[in-house]
Amino acid sequence: MSNLAISVSELSKVYGDRQAVSQASFEVPVGSICGFVGPNGSGKTTTMRMLLGLIKPTHGTGSVLGENIKHPEKYLSQVGAMIEGPAFYPALSGAENLRVLASIGGFSQKRVATLLEQVGLGDRGDSKYKTYSLGMKQRLGIAAALLPQPKLLVLDEPTNGLDPSGIQEIRNLIKEMAKSGTSIFVSSHLLSELEMISDHLVMLREGKVLFTGRTDDLLAAQNPLLVVKPEFAVDLNRLVEIATKHGKKATVLDGSITIFGAVDWAPSFNRLAFEAGITLSGLSVIQPSLEETFFEMTGE
Amino acid sequence: MMFGELRKLRRKTLLIPTLIGVALLTAFFTSFVFLRVETGKPNGARGVLITNEFLSGKNGLVYGFQIMGFFLGIVALCVFASQTAQEYSLGTLRNILVRQPSRLKVLLGKYFAMAFFTIWLEIAAAIFALSISFALAPRSAISTRAWLTASGLQLLGETFINIFLGTLAFGTLGMILGLLFRSPITSISIGVLWCLILENILGAVISSTTKWLPGANFANISQGGTSIISYQRSLATSGSYLLFGAIVVAILFKKRDVSN
Repeated sequence: MSNLAISVSELSKVYGDRQAVSQASFEVPVGSICGFVGPNGSGKTTTMRMLLGLIKPTHGTGSVLGENIKHPEKYLSQVGAMIEGPAFYPALSGAENLRVLASIGGFSQKRVATLLEQVGLGDRGDSKYKTYSLGMKQRLGIAAALLPQPKLLVLDEPTNGLDPSGIQEIRNLIKEMAKSGTSIFVSSHLLSELEMISDHLVMLREGKVLFTGRTDDLLAAQNPLLVVKPEFAVDLNRLVEIATKHGKKATVLDGSITIFGAVDWAPSFNRLAFEAGITLSGLSVIQPSLEETFFEMTGE
Repeated sequence: MMFGELRKLRRKTLLIPTLIGVALLTAFFTSFVFLRVETGKPNGARGVLITNEFLSGKNGLVYGFQIMGFFLGIVALCVFASQTAQEYSLGTLRNILVRQPSRLKVLLGKYFAMAFFTIWLEIAAAIFALSISFALAPRSAISTRAWLTASGLQLLGETFINIFLGTLAFGTLGMILGLLFRSPITSISIGVLWCLILENILGAVISSTTKWLPGANFANISQGGTSIISYQRSLATSGSYLLFGAIVVAILFKKRDVSN
């Protein structure tokens, strides 16, 4: 088998006159946790749907677990997926919903109880799905994705609606799955979460791939940031003005300003602020996070 | 796929109300026929007068059950349409297709499961109708001697098969509508409105259209044919409509993107 869990080449999807995905090419190595990031409407879910055979690409090719995406029946028995949130029958219990899917996929019914325990729904498995909170629904969706003991797990926003401890549990679950050799392709708008777990990234904007590769490589290639905190918050906008006047891009965030690509300029900026009568209470150089890199690259 | 679908069909929220509905309708129509037989007023389907002598013959056993054939068909239409269309409205179709990518297998699995459900529904209706018939026959001095003869039981078997085929035809129409409109409310509304109201208006205005209307032909199969439309003609007409509709929606289902 190929050492790629997913490989797509020039994959495109057009709806009428709207290009949902445009010539996307990327690879996800076997055993990796690959984060799939992009703003809303950038084509993440459409791409995932194409990989799962739910929609047909307008153009381009791809393979999942070494099999052509034109023949999803050859690989879907080894793929677990949760696309665009959980969707189940409201009048059935969580356990019954999983049993329905296990029957359809030909999986052992015995896995249902184990999976409910694994996602923290052991004591609510017999409750009707319609009584579940958003977080519980999300957990059930993940349990359903794990039914086939997948070699590849495709998760679309798996932490939506979860509280911090739930997010941590899912993070740990994803890490455990990856340790056991499962490849994971996960999209999330919580970029800090993806930064913590992803070893690979695919970054999408307006249907086009902006970056694909190792997370470390992406972050290492970014210029450090200068974070400046004034003594008084009223001076924030004046500091932005000073930076902008000297051709630097600066944004206000959480009582500080972040100046992009200006590490060598720190002493000069300190002096300019002093001359303007502004006292700085903090001035530090940091490596940009995935979130900052994402905003920098997508221009959002 | 079929077993998964059966799990959904046997849920209490669907099974119990459906059975109660069938039981009430069966009780109403069967009782109506038997309790009014002595009044000399119309007591049969479409205002026909059913006599004591007629009910004392072998037909008396199945008459109440036969009237229910059409209503069982309407129930099947609603169940098939809602069970099919709700996969779109709930978004569960994507879960199913990720687990079973062969879309034709998904359709056939659903269809056979719902056909199986129809048989159970029909058995329940038959039990209700026959029990009420036996219970009310002595009250109206209707002899049940002919009911349990070999020919009476043969008629019961034939009626069961005819009602099953007619009900399945209505159900198939419901599934076709569910796949076309992808909304339970829309598909059920259109199906019920067409079969219960529009066909009756059309038939009343231009009586010759009755021979060609799908709902009339499905109901005619349940009745085992009438002097207006023969059983064989209804089977052929219904089969042609449903085969055409099934091919169209199967192609649509296979080709359509699942984007909700």
